Amino acid sequence: MDRKTLDRLTRLSQLQLSAEEERLVLDDLGHIVALIDEMRAVDTEGVEPLAHPLDMDQPLRDDAVTEAVDRARFLAVAPLTRDGLYLVPRVVE
Amino acid sequence: MPARDWESVIGLEIHVQLATRSKIFSGADAAFGAAPNTRACAVDLGMPGVLPVLNREAVRMALTFGLAIDAEIARTCRFDRKNYFYPDLPKGYQISQFDQPIVGAGVMEMEVDGATRRIGIRRAHLEEDAGKSLHEEYADMTGIDLNRAGTPLLEVVSEPDLRTPAEAAAFFREMHALVRYLGICDGNLNEGSMRCDANVSVRRRDQEGLGERTEIKNLNSFRFVRQAIAHEIDRQIAVLESGGSVVRETRLYDPRGDETRPMRGKELSEDYRYFPDPDLLPVRVTPDLLAEARARVPELPRDKRRRYREELGLSDADTRFLTADPDVAGYFEATLATGCGAKPAANWIMERVTGSLNRTGLDIARCPVTSGQLGRLIARIEEGVISGKIAGTVFDVLWEEGGDVDAIIDARGLRQVSDADEIGRVVREVVNDHPEQVEQFRAGREKVLGFFVGRVMRATGGKADPGQVNVLLRDALRGP
Amino acid sequence: MQPFTSIADLGRGLARGDYSARELAAFYLERIAAANDDLNAFIRVTEERALGAAEAADRSIARGEGGPLTGIPLAHKDIFCTDGVATTCASRMLAGFVPPYDATVVARLAAAGTVCLGKTNMDEFAMGSSNETSWFGPARNPWDRGRAPGGSSGGSAAAVGAGLVPCATGTDTGGSIRQPAAFCGVTGLKPTYGRVSRYGMIAFASSLDQGGAFGRSVEDVETVLGAMEGHDPLDSTSAERGPTRRSGGRNGAERMRIGLPSEYWTGLPGDLGGCLLAAAQELEQAGHALVSLSLPHTDAAVPAYYVIAGAEASANLSRYDGVRFGLRAEDPTDLDDLYRRSRAAGFGTEVKRRILTGTYTLSVGYYDAYYLKAQRVRRRIQQDFLEAFDDVDAIAAPVAPGPAFELGAVDDPVAMYRQDVFTTPASLAGLPAMSMPCGLVDGLPVGLQLIGPPFEEGRLLNLGSEFQQRTDWHLRHPET
Ligand SMILES: [Mg+2]
Ligand SMILES: [Zn+2]
Repeated sequence: MDRKTLDRLTRLSQLQLSAEEERLVLDDLGHIVALIDEMRAVDTEGVEPLAHPLDMDQPLRDDAVTEAVDRARFLAVAPLTRDGLYLVPRVVE
Repeated sequence: MPARDWESVIGLEIHVQLATRSKIFSGADAAFGAAPNTRACAVDLGMPGVLPVLNREAVRMALTFGLAIDAEIARTCRFDRKNYFYPDLPKGYQISQFDQPIVGAGVMEMEVDGATRRIGIRRAHLEEDAGKSLHEEYADMTGIDLNRAGTPLLEVVSEPDLRTPAEAAAFFREMHALVRYLGICDGNLNEGSMRCDANVSVRRRDQEGLGERTEIKNLNSFRFVRQAIAHEIDRQIAVLESGGSVVRETRLYDPRGDETRPMRGKELSEDYRYFPDPDLLPVRVTPDLLAEARARVPELPRDKRRRYREELGLSDADTRFLTADPDVAGYFEATLATGCGAKPAANWIMERVTGSLNRTGLDIARCPVTSGQLGRLIARIEEGVISGKIAGTVFDVLWEEGGDVDAIIDARGLRQVSDADEIGRVVREVVNDHPEQVEQFRAGREKVLGFFVGRVMRATGGKADPGQVNVLLRDALRGP
Repeated sequence: MQPFTSIADLGRGLARGDYSARELAAFYLERIAAANDDLNAFIRVTEERALGAAEAADRSIARGEGGPLTGIPLAHKDIFCTDGVATTCASRMLAGFVPPYDATVVARLAAAGTVCLGKTNMDEFAMGSSNETSWFGPARNPWDRGRAPGGSSGGSAAAVGAGLVPCATGTDTGGSIRQPAAFCGVTGLKPTYGRVSRYGMIAFASSLDQGGAFGRSVEDVETVLGAMEGHDPLDSTSAERGPTRRSGGRNGAERMRIGLPSEYWTGLPGDLGGCLLAAAQELEQAGHALVSLSLPHTDAAVPAYYVIAGAEASANLSRYDGVRFGLRAEDPTDLDDLYRRSRAAGFGTEVKRRILTGTYTLSVGYYDAYYLKAQRVRRRIQQDFLEAFDDVDAIAAPVAPGPAFELGAVDDPVAMYRQDVFTTPASLAGLPAMSMPCGLVDGLPVGLQLIGPPFEEGRLLNLGSEFQQRTDWHLRHPET
C-alpha cells in the first residue's frame, strides 16, 4: 500500500483525507492488507466463489405500481432543493 | 490517401427502455412525464436501508427479446453493482449485469439496399436507468430529477459488424421496429425510450485487426446515428492521415455544431469495481418464464416481410412501408381480414390513410377510419358498387363523421349506375350534343374519348361504371 | 416494579393490572433518564411517542386483544429506520436524518404492541466491536463503566444489561449481537441470514447483515424474534419459512450431539476456557453428548470477512453523497468538492478505512486476489460447517477471546478485527448463532455461543432454554 494507490482509492471512493489522516490510514491499510493476505494460506483450487449465504433464487415481483410518492417528505430530508429538484454544483458534460 | 481506401467498423450499444408499468426494482410508476421527483420512491432515491426487488415483467420482456433474436438464453443470470459517483445515480452504483447477462449471443436480420444482412448481437442485459440532470434552470447549479431512475433498460450490444453510417442507422431503425413489434418498448425516441452509443473505428482496407475505437454517447435519433458516425469516421481518417493516432475515449455528439467532442470527466477511464449485488439473488430462468416469454413473440418483421412479398405479392417498397411500424402492419392485416385484396389495401393505407394521418398529426392507432370500414370500402370498389373516385368521397365522410360505408353510400345516393339503358341514354345525349368532337374522334383523335368520358361521368354524378361508359361510348362514336 | 423482569412476567403483570403499560414505560423511561448520561446507551429517547404507544397498548389490553409483547417496552438499534424519528446509524453523516418509512422489523414489533422507548447507540454504520466508533461517543458497559459494551450493537446490549429496557433489537454482521450480548451479560440471537427482513435496516454488508434480538433470557429473545421474523416481499433475500419453533436435534432427537471445534477451544485464556468448558459440561449433564470436531478454515474467517464486508460496505455507503439526505459540505466549489468534503466530514476514521479497504479489494488487479478469493474461502467455511452438521446438531464455542476490554485498550484496527475471530465464521456461513451468559471472569460476564444449521434457531433456543433452567448466569445483573 503506497501513497499512489491510496490516492486512487480516495478518488474512486470520493473521500478526502487530511494529511494527518492520510499518514495514519496509509499505515492502517498496510496492516489490514497484511491481515487479509492471510487468506492466501487457504487452498481454494476448484472452489466455487460464494456470493451469498442463501441458497435461493431471486423472487420476482408482479409489475404493479404499489408506491405512492410523497415528494414533500423526501425533499424535506434533502440538504438543498428547489422547485422539486435536488440541487448540486453545476455539472458540465 | 482517399477515403475509399478506409473501412469503418461500427458496433452499437442500444439502451431500450422497457415498457413496464412499474420500475425494475421498485413499485414506483415508470410512466414518462410527471413533475420532477414525484415518481421516485425511497428505493429509486437510494434512501438508507431500502432494498431492490426485481420486476418479473422486465425479465419476461428481456427473454422475449432474446427469443426473437435466436439468442442463447441464460439458465441463471445475476445482477452486479457498477460503482461510480454521479448526481443522477442515487446509490453511487448502478444495478446492471456484468458477466452473466440474461441474453447471450444472437442475430438480427435486416435489409440494406435490398440485401439481407445478419448483424451479430453479443449480449443483452437488464439494468436500471439513471435520473436526469437539468442544467438550464439555475445559473450555477444543476437540478436533479430522479423520476427516470430505476426505469428498466435492456442494453443490447451488437458485434462490430456494421460497416457504414447508413448501415448503423438501418440497424438502429431495425431494432426500433423489433422492440415495438415485441411490445417491450414504446419506441418513443424524443422521450428517450431508445438511446444509442456507437463504437467507431477505422482501418485501411488491407489492414488486419481493428483500429483504435472511440465511443460516441447518447444518440437518440436515426439521423443523429448516421451523422455522428459519419463525422467521427471523417475525423478519425483525418487524424490518421495527418500522421496522428486515434485516442480511446468517450465522445459526445453535438448536433448543433454537427461534430463530436471528447466528454469531460470521462477521460479518467473508470474502474467500476463490478461485483455481485448482495441485495439480489441469482435469477433462475424457469421453464414457465421462458414459455411465457415465448408466447409473447409475435410474427417478426423479417418473417412478415417475407410473407408480404411471397404470399401477398407486394412490392419491396410496399412491404418496407407496411412493416416498418407494427401498428401500420396491424392495421393493414386487420384490413385484409375483411377479405379485400392486398394491393388495393396497401395503396389505400400508403396514400389516403397515411396522407390524412400526416395532415392531422394523428397516429394510426387512433385512425378515425377503422380497418374494418376501410376493408369494406375497398370491397365495394372491387364489387363495382362504387368507383374509386366515389370511394374517396366516402373515405372523407368516414374520416370526418365516422359511420358505416354502406350506410353512407345509400344515404348519399352514391351507388354506381351500371344500368346499361340509363348509361346508354346519357351517352347518346352527350354524343348528340358535341358533333365537332365526334368528327375529331372519327378522324382518328383517340384522346377525345377522354372528353366524352368526363362529360358522361359529370352527367351521372360520377356514379357510372367507367368501364361500361367506355364500351358504350366507343359504340356510339363509331357511328351508325 | 423490578427492572430485570422477564417479558412473560411483565406480560402477566400487565394482564393482572398490577401496572399499566403507561406506568411500565414511565418506569423504564425514568431509569433511562437516570442512567443514560453515564451509560450513553441511547442516542435518542422517544418519551412522548413511547407514552402514546403505551396508552394504545393499554387500550388493546383492556379490550382483551393483547399478545405476548403488547405493552412491553423495547429499544431499537439506531440502524433501524423509524418513520418520523431521527435515525443516525451513529454517524455524523446522518445526524438529523428523519426517515419517512419504518424498517419492517420496526413496523412488525410496533404491530405486536411493543412500546419503543428510543434508539440505541452503536458503532458508526455498525463498523466496530466496541461501540467506540460512534459519532455520539461510546456506550459504556453496565458491569464496568470503564469497559466497552462490545459492538456494534453496544447500546442495545448495555441498555438490556443495565435493566433500562427489557429487550432490544440489534444487528449482527460479524458478531455485532453476540459479542455485546456476551460483554453485557445478556442473551443475544443472530438468526439465520434471511430469517429477518433487512428492509429499512441501514446496510453495512448486505450478504452478512442480519437483524436479531437481545433479552434477559432465551425465552425473551424467542418472543421478540417471533414478532420480527418472517418473509418480507420488500427484501429479496428474506426467506419464505414458517415461524421459528423449538425443535430437537436431527430427526427430532431429544438428546443432541454438540460439537466443540478444536480451532475455537484451544488456546483460550485459562479462566475463560474453564468457564466455557463448565458451561458445555452443563449441557452434557443435561444428557447431550459433547463431540470434538474440526472446522479447519476458521483462521481465514476474519480476513475473508473483512474483505467481503469492506467490499459490500464500500458500495453501500456510496449513497451518502450530500445530495438527497444527510450531511452536505458548505459552499462546495464543484461536484467533486461536494462529494469529497461531505464524505470526509460525515464519516469517521473506521468507516473510511473500511470503504478504502473495500474499494481496494474490488479494484482492477486486486479483485481476483482478494474479493474472489474471499468468496472461495467463504465457501470453504460454509462447507466446513455443513459437513460438521452432518454429525452434530449444534456447535458450542466461545463468543470472544475474553470478557469486555477497557475502553481505548484495543487501539489498533487489526487487533480490533481479530476480536471477531469466533463470530465471523457463522456470519460468513449465514448460520443462526446465539450468545448466552455462562459465567463471570474477573467479575465480568462471558458468553457461550451456540451455532446451528441454517434455519434451526429452534434447536438453539431449545438448548439455551435448557441451559438457563439449570443455571442462573442469565439472572445475574450489575449492581444498580
Ligand atoms: Mg454500455
Ligand atoms: Zn447501460
